[in-house]
Amino acid sequence: MSSLVKGGGDEEIVVPVVANARSGSALFLGAAGTRLARGAALLGLVVVAGFFPDFAQSNYLTSIALQIEILMCLALGLNFVVGYAGMLDLGFAAFFAIGSYTTGMLSVHAHWPILATLPPAVAIALIGAVFVGVPTLRLRSDYLAVVTLGFGEIIQMVVNNLNQTGGPEGIYGIPPLHLGGWVLTTTGSYYEIFLFLVVLFVAVSSRIRRSRLGRAWLAIREDEDTAQAMGIKVRRYKLYAYMAGSVFGSITGSLYAPAFIAIAPPSFGFTESLLVVMAVSIGGIGSIWGALLGAGVVIAFPEVFRQFAQARLLVFGIALVLIMVLRPQGIWPENGLGLGRLQQRWRSRGVGGVHR
Amino acid sequence: MSVLELSNLSVYYGPVRGVVDVDLAVGEGEIVALLGANGAGKSTVLKAVSGLVRPRAGSIAFFGDDLRRVPAATRVRRGLVQVPEGRRIFPALTVRENLELAAFGFGIARAARRQRLDSVVERFPLIQPHLAKLAGMLSGGEQQVLAIARGMMAQPRLLMVDEPSLGLAPQMIESVYDLLVQIAAEGTPVLLVEQNVTLAFEITARAYVLQQGSVVLSGESDVLAEDPRVIAAYLGAEAKAAR
Repeated sequence: MSSLVKGGGDEEIVVPVVANARSGSALFLGAAGTRLARGAALLGLVVVAGFFPDFAQSNYLTSIALQIEILMCLALGLNFVVGYAGMLDLGFAAFFAIGSYTTGMLSVHAHWPILATLPPAVAIALIGAVFVGVPTLRLRSDYLAVVTLGFGEIIQMVVNNLNQTGGPEGIYGIPPLHLGGWVLTTTGSYYEIFLFLVVLFVAVSSRIRRSRLGRAWLAIREDEDTAQAMGIKVRRYKLYAYMAGSVFGSITGSLYAPAFIAIAPPSFGFTESLLVVMAVSIGGIGSIWGALLGAGVVIAFPEVFRQFAQARLLVFGIALVLIMVLRPQGIWPENGLGLGRLQQRWRSRGVGGVHR
Repeated sequence: MSVLELSNLSVYYGPVRGVVDVDLAVGEGEIVALLGANGAGKSTVLKAVSGLVRPRAGSIAFFGDDLRRVPAATRVRRGLVQVPEGRRIFPALTVRENLELAAFGFGIARAARRQRLDSVVERFPLIQPHLAKLAGMLSGGEQQVLAIARGMMAQPRLLMVDEPSLGLAPQMIESVYDLLVQIAAEGTPVLLVEQNVTLAFEITARAYVLQQGSVVLSGESDVLAEDPRVIAAYLGAEAKAAR
């Protein structure tokens, strides 16, 4: 295993995540003990996940896992917009495209190292977010969805028609990512990179959720007018959510480009946007763990259903409908796994880790 | 100087009349009631004061400052705080988060915010045991208390409370009203908007009665409580004729 992502940094990253997890295991350990136990469990999970490519010994499985990780990253980005701030965004793939194409063009045509293309990719995505967000974020619900859908389509059409972006052929021959002395060429190595990215995004998401910013977003989602009455500048904070999403989306895109060597317009269309929305809503809107699980389901199900051959997407569709009917709040909703009443009791006694 | 002074306030929703020529004043440490039946224009007055609708005519003065060009968020920051009808707490956030949000955007440091939270929690013992619960899990009465506590987090110079008795058990109404009396006694004037006249007269010093968008009666609450015209204002002109 190319152990690039393991090491001392992991612990620092995982601990804040754990503090936010709200389920009430290890009841008798007290809040600090619970947090520690959960931290150890998560760290273990990440380490095990890190060894997956060696364990699986299958390029097919590793590449499926890589796709899941990529969708996890995108879902965590969209979770700011859809999950936290409650705005339906149907054009999220646009930011993914901006990241990928910025990196692809700069690395192939201008011979920039991949890592150096990250700042411009993020900057362009942010400009795009502000450019689209400022005039449109006053819209609510369906209207906003339509505008974002349009933005997604525009970006895809632009990259499909510009010569500089390679038109329908896209960009190919994207150089590998250089990291210190390593040159990353295998699927397994990008799997590790994206594993690190997932952990990083989870940590950032959960910290933001518990910050002033996160509270403001949830307040806007819950009741926009009251949020305004609290003195929250609603439009500004909605824009922040959109911008936060664009940062995650573009970083994911930038690293996607070298992982897949070639990029082309069909990867950044409405279907991709919809997959991300699906991951977030199936997992549980506003829930970090939900976004991760949702991404897993959205990618893994069609693969699992390969045995149904041509009917697999039909089966996939039925499975999705079933999930939404049986569990409309998502697989892992933001307020826990439906052990609801018990958790409430623990929490009100101050055991559940929310008291700080 | 009055804390809040409305003169000749008129609000229209397009061609539809909201309120016309409303004069109203709230003084230091006072509880004042704004009464009226459904649709009389009570909430319109509150919205105009909060800055959520733009008046067509008249003036709104807060400690002598004209508020007409001041945006809603700034009004909150200046201490003009509303506890909205239907409580409007954030059910998916914890009680603590609800309270923290109320001191949002005041540019105060974390320690100061914490201190403010502690002092508010101390004043509202009813919600103290529920800080870590989701606000949506509280009873209606507790939610109303939370809504008022959230209002107090903003350290208001005037607290406007819209229909706090709505949907509450009589006993709960009493404790909510006691809270309002206590808040006023501690120096924060309260403008209470109510449909429930009898109760409102009990705790307020003065009251205004709105009917079809105009103030038809105003004065001392104990005098108004005896006035048959108050009932008429609620039941409409037919009741007046029948008497």
